[in-house]
Amino acid sequence: MIRFDRASKRYPPGIDALADVSFEIGQGELVTLSGHSGAGKSTLLKLIAGIERPTGGAVLVNGQNVGSLKRGAIPYLRRNLGLVFQDQKLLFDRSVFDNVMLPLSITGFPAAEAKRRVQAALDKVGLLAREKAMPIMLSGGEQQRLAIARAVVGRPNLLLADEPTAHLDAATAADVARVFLEFREVGVTVLIATYDDRLFGAPRRLTLDHGRLAA
Amino acid sequence: MSAWLLQHGQALRLALRRLVATPVNTLLSLLAIGIALALPAGGQMLLANALQLARNAAPAPQISLYLDLGADRRAVQDVEARLKAHPSVKSARLIAREETLARMKASEGLGDVIEALPKNPFHDAFVITPADDAPQAMEQLAAELRKLPKIGHVQLDSDWVRRLDALLRIGRTGVLLLMLLLGAGLVAVTFNTIRLQVLSGRAEIEVSRLLGATDAFIRRPFQYHGALLGLLGGLVAWLLVAGTTLWLAAPVTEVASLYRSGFVLQPLSATDSLALLAGAAALGWLGASLSVRQHFTDR
Repeated sequence: MIRFDRASKRYPPGIDALADVSFEIGQGELVTLSGHSGAGKSTLLKLIAGIERPTGGAVLVNGQNVGSLKRGAIPYLRRNLGLVFQDQKLLFDRSVFDNVMLPLSITGFPAAEAKRRVQAALDKVGLLAREKAMPIMLSGGEQQRLAIARAVVGRPNLLLADEPTAHLDAATAADVARVFLEFREVGVTVLIATYDDRLFGAPRRLTLDHGRLAA
Repeated sequence: MSAWLLQHGQALRLALRRLVATPVNTLLSLLAIGIALALPAGGQMLLANALQLARNAAPAPQISLYLDLGADRRAVQDVEARLKAHPSVKSARLIAREETLARMKASEGLGDVIEALPKNPFHDAFVITPADDAPQAMEQLAAELRKLPKIGHVQLDSDWVRRLDALLRIGRTGVLLLMLLLGAGLVAVTFNTIRLQVLSGRAEIEVSRLLGATDAFIRRPFQYHGALLGLLGGLVAWLLVAGTTLWLAAPVTEVASLYRSGFVLQPLSATDSLALLAGAAALGWLGASLSVRQHFTDR
């Protein structure tokens, strides 16, 4: 599913965000990614989504070498991924429903089928009753769940999340974590960068330390 | 195919929503584009009318041939015979000097002046219709006629038509120049309008990109926006020109009737109107494309 082969990312002027990272994640696994702030967790997720390109080694997703993908092919890679961003990146000028609709509009889904899917995704994260609300009216936990709904509405086989439970109180964080566990149940591969991997049961854990994978 | 149509429909709807969402900006842009395009469009309307007028007013080009004052009857008959035999002359009509004198005497006001003259000041003349009325052929025929005996003066009556033609050519060049300049202006106006739209929609563009939107998907609503601005601006220009035509129609008809002409000012032709709208939409699309492309490369 995901394979890093001695991948590294160096930002000018010579700062190694990731160095010599190798690992493999299989289909249907739930893996957490931990490490101190600035250890390279976000960079690692960005390499998978093609937001950044590795400066050394290879990153393979579904057998595709992401680093060597043409610019025009990146959008199609991302359509198979569900991304939950640290800062959520919700659009505050449109309703909850329309936020979740966006990925389906991008892929050109027929309207009736798209509507059903959006409602199913909102139902999954417990936000169906709030579909007409604007994101600003949602609590922190609800906004996080909205971001998850948007990530999964396209039914990706790989879900990437960057600190999805940061800034949430314990009960809400557990709530959000449960949503991820449910996706693992239905065969979605999940990779979560988090400080608090106890929330996700006892998953396989990758730990980064100053850009290197700790044993 | 249906997904493609769906996406274009979505982009068009989004573009319309954005046009309506900023009504003041949209109206100002439309006015700027409309006034800019009204200049070449109006020029084209006037030019087409001038061409029409010239075509109706111009008689078949002729050559006037004046004989020497001293030419006697035999010389006149000699020239007439030569003209009849000339292959480039379609027809030649004699206007005898006595005939001219009689006509001038009969005309109001001139009678007394003519009467006071000691002798007939008019020449015998031929009005010649050439077989070929192309300017060069007529030029050549005139040169040949000048070599005939007892010829005083040969005048090409096509001169003023050619002058008018040259003037119209200047007019056409002027309209073309206006079109190029103000077309570039339209591209600049849409470029700027769309740039502001792109800047205010930056968050949406960034998120869409992260969710797998292609460049074409992001570009499309802006291109429709630009094309709509151009199209509606073209419509404003068309209305301005049509209004001007209506406004001018009555006074022009009045002037024409004073000159005993049935000339009526025509509005912009259907072909010109379509070209105006299509051209404006295309330039709007171009301005938007350039604007979005610049944003993409700026990133």
